[in-house]
Amino acid sequence: MNEDEVIRAKQAARAKVLALILGAFVVLMFAITIAKMSINQ
Amino acid sequence: MLALTKPRVMSLVVFTGLCGLLAAPVPVHPVLGFAAVLCIALGAGAAGALNQWYEADLDAKMKRTAKRPLPAGRMDPQTALHFGVGLAVFSVVLMDLAANHLAAAILAVSILFYVLVYTVWLKRRTAQNIVIGGAAGAFPPLIGWVAATGDVSALPILLFAIIFLWTPPHFWALSLFVRSDYAAAGVPMLPVVAGVQATRRQIALYTLPMSAAAVAPWAMGLTGWVYGAIASTLSLLFIVLSLTVLANRATEPAGMAPEKRLFAYSILYLFALFGALVVDRWAL
Repeated sequence: MNEDEVIRAKQAARAKVLALILGAFVVLMFAITIAKMSINQ
Repeated sequence: MLALTKPRVMSLVVFTGLCGLLAAPVPVHPVLGFAAVLCIALGAGAAGALNQWYEADLDAKMKRTAKRPLPAGRMDPQTALHFGVGLAVFSVVLMDLAANHLAAAILAVSILFYVLVYTVWLKRRTAQNIVIGGAAGAFPPLIGWVAATGDVSALPILLFAIIFLWTPPHFWALSLFVRSDYAAAGVPMLPVVAGVQATRRQIALYTLPMSAAAVAPWAMGLTGWVYGAIASTLSLLFIVLSLTVLANRATEPAGMAPEKRLFAYSILYLFALFGALVVDRWAL
């Protein structure tokens, strides 16, 4: 693997981690919203 | 990135925060409770990251901390700073959304206290650094309680006091057997400034008000007998171990078995004490 490929692989790994974190954040915000609505009802 | 958040320290912070939340006399929606504890964890991680960013020069001089990401050169300082600030802001905003304004405000104060008062102001200037700075680590149960109830009462203040008074004997026990590390880095920890025996006396002295604070929730009728019995037993053992430290005359780490024992026990003590609080609240 040359240097460019190593850098690309690292970037791809970071992008996947970031995507997972953002996905988890969206799920958490959705769950918080639903929980708050259920408390206020 | 994870190492920047001091995960071992975070485990105690998360546990005490969770116990504060579970000890509150109101039911908490599981999702909101999870979010509040997550915010406490992220806030602690942010404070740890900013601490490591500011103290990279000190960490490089101490064996115990030289392998952290910044002194070891695995991360550049600017990334650590951005990560710490971003995580701090995110944790406070999320706490405000998931819990309430007061919990978010106390979380913000605890992060700022740890970074500005302890790390920047006190740590390199005074041997009382961890006495005052210990307040930062005492906030999590208070935050957990406030996230659940929205207000502050006697029990969470006592929980704050327990950790505040526990911090000096815990850290001074550690600093006794890593004294040369602190001396090499120029950090004025008590054993470096006042000597080994003076530190042992202070450990024994602080153990008394700490023990009083630990049994106070039971004595004041805020918890049941289960907590009272466990807190009394655990505190008595803490006092006995602190007396073995006081009786020790060793000046080199090799002869400091009592100090190492007390340090290890102090961690177990806090876990068990807060665990007992939750058991007392839920099991009876």
